[in-house]
Amino acid sequence: MFDSLSDRLQNTFEKLRGKGRLTEDDINSAMREIRMALLEADVNYRVVKNFVAQCKEKCMTAEVLESLTPAQNVVRIVLDQLTQLLGSTESKLVLAQNRTPNVIMLVGLQGSGKTTAAAKLAFLLKKQGHSPLLAACDVHRPAAADQLETLGKEIGVPVYRGDGKDAVKVASESIKAAVDGLRDIVIVDTAGRLQIDEEMMQEAVDIKNAVKPDQVLMVVDAMTGQDIVNVASEFAQRVDFDGVIMSKLDGDARGGGALSVREVTGKPIKFVSMGEKPDSLEVFHPDRMAKRILGMGDVVSIIEQAQQVTDEKDIESAARMLREGFTMDDMLQQMQQIRKMGGLQKILAALPGGERALKQAGASVSDDQITRIEAMIHSMTKEERQRPKTINGQRRKRIARGSGRSVQEVNQLLKQWSEMDKMMGKMRSMANGGGNSKKARRQMTNMMRNMGMGGKMPF
Amino acid sequence: MGMFDSLKRGLARSREAIAEVFYMGGEVDEDFWEDLEDRLVMGDMGAEVAMKVTDDLREQAAREGLKTARQLSRALAERLAKEFVPAEVDPFEDLPSCVLFVGINGAGKTTTVGKLAGVAKREGKRCVIGGADTFRAAAIEQLEVWGKRSGTEVVTRERGADPASVCYDVLDRAEKDADDLVLIDTAGRLHTSPELMRELEKVVRVTRKRAQIPVRVVLVIDATTGQNGLNQAREFNSALDLDGIIVTKLDGTAKGGIALAISHDLNLPIYRIGVGEGIDDLQAFDALEFSRALVGDGESE
Repeated sequence: MFDSLSDRLQNTFEKLRGKGRLTEDDINSAMREIRMALLEADVNYRVVKNFVAQCKEKCMTAEVLESLTPAQNVVRIVLDQLTQLLGSTESKLVLAQNRTPNVIMLVGLQGSGKTTAAAKLAFLLKKQGHSPLLAACDVHRPAAADQLETLGKEIGVPVYRGDGKDAVKVASESIKAAVDGLRDIVIVDTAGRLQIDEEMMQEAVDIKNAVKPDQVLMVVDAMTGQDIVNVASEFAQRVDFDGVIMSKLDGDARGGGALSVREVTGKPIKFVSMGEKPDSLEVFHPDRMAKRILGMGDVVSIIEQAQQVTDEKDIESAARMLREGFTMDDMLQQMQQIRKMGGLQKILAALPGGERALKQAGASVSDDQITRIEAMIHSMTKEERQRPKTINGQRRKRIARGSGRSVQEVNQLLKQWSEMDKMMGKMRSMANGGGNSKKARRQMTNMMRNMGMGGKMPF
Repeated sequence: MGMFDSLKRGLARSREAIAEVFYMGGEVDEDFWEDLEDRLVMGDMGAEVAMKVTDDLREQAAREGLKTARQLSRALAERLAKEFVPAEVDPFEDLPSCVLFVGINGAGKTTTVGKLAGVAKREGKRCVIGGADTFRAAAIEQLEVWGKRSGTEVVTRERGADPASVCYDVLDRAEKDADDLVLIDTAGRLHTSPELMRELEKVVRVTRKRAQIPVRVVLVIDATTGQNGLNQAREFNSALDLDGIIVTKLDGTAKGGIALAISHDLNLPIYRIGVGEGIDDLQAFDALEFSRALVGDGESE
């Protein structure tokens, strides 16, 4: 895993503590760290060079040099600069008002995720009240049209396949099909192509000329490396696209290519695609992307993920916990929630400073611990889970044997449970005794929310 | 045309990029080294590796008195070649063999399986394909088209079926027909998805348990992948205990560096590289030739 930029800068500046005033050399070494962070995020080399030079200029002001917390100041400047570069404002799809059907065309390299993005885009537009039509113009990859058709069926959007031989013909016929079928937007999915493949690039240009799309979007894989600059500028020159869809952002790639594309072609990023489901196409947030590129922890995404896994059932069970007390089953559920979010390590690592904490804690914070606790709880009877207080010495021994852990570990688990139960008790008295004032209730909801995320973790 | 030539053609752009450094008047000064490091980074080698390689080369140049660009380029090629791990066996030649292809979405797994089946068939090997990508829409159809092209049988189930059961079926079939090369395509998945990785672990476990022949797990990686490729490879390796890598789509522009980083970091050999669209463009990997083609060997120019 990469160290986050703020951790790195912290280390750099710690060495300089007590110096009173930073010099240009100190700033230079900070810039070196920034350069490395950006390169590790796959931002293009030339873009990095320019960017670092600009940042350095901004950092050489008295405000930063004499500040008591130069690290934070430098990070802030870099972050602002990066956000600005990524495009400070949201960039929407621009569709001509007086034209039916509107046409959106997707282009990109092989395997960047065009077909999936086409279906996701269709789903998004459908939700907004449009009636899109998908045009399968990838006549090169075997079964590409089948893939689009299957996806189209899943989201309830028709797919035009034509003869499946001549991409340009399929594209222009799809417009007619849209008019006949009363569809107001056509999304043209094209074959993946390398920017150096003359014939294929010409085909993309031909399709573009044939259907005159309102918007041409380029699909870019978040994991692409340095080469994305060549790819994007060649596509910009030949096909001239209007914006970018970043795909596969649900991985842990830091997506520095987004910055490169933006810098080199000036084209905005319009959507990010994260996940396998059709509803996972989202509007692009420059500030989040900036933090991600710098490896600063994506707190917002973690919260969103937590919201995804905590559904209404969980809120209900939280209310029940308040009424009836905290049981071992509740504890088990929390463990499983952490697991659903990808494990403790991943959650911690995504929080600012989390990686540092992880390193310091060493091996003591591990997902194995969750597994062990699960095993112990699974070894309890139903009654024991409901009323852990009834677990006496003999029962403890049995649970330890059943789960393959030691009695000490069972004791520890029970102690953790009793602490959490005490906390619940406090909340309960607050809820009952605190009357029905709005403030008390708000406090409650906040606490419940924390609990839902695993609140006080038993470590 | 030998492998070297077509590989050189495929890597032409990156070679040009690095060769450019060596043609800048022959004077080796501070700028030269900095520029060299930049170029290596731009080949997706990763900033750290690039710095290490440059420093090493610098030391070597001082020690051995290398002064001309030609000498330096040769030394660089040799230095880079050393970073690769040699393959002990070729899973597509050393038969019988069962190969599972894994990787992230869009890396080129299905296409690679299709091409390898074509090559095996032409060389007269008895080959069967297993379509264990039961998740992606039309993945099975795509594989069946490839199977028809090469006349190879594709064993699969309906979409949504348990991929491990497909592996079981295809191994059954291979034993019955006495096939000696089994190629199994799996669904692409991101290494960050714990459930999907667990599913894949199961697929590999079942296959290893069921198979009477050696099973190799091969990671397919797209050459355009940047530094995240290393994360991918690490995760897949720790979950599945990989045997080697196949690098696809090396026919674009400057790239190939991530292959070096992965091979070196995880101690994994590279079995094949894809330098073009055709079946013959999936070639055996030779570290020195690859490195020479990458930096320009200074002899053929």
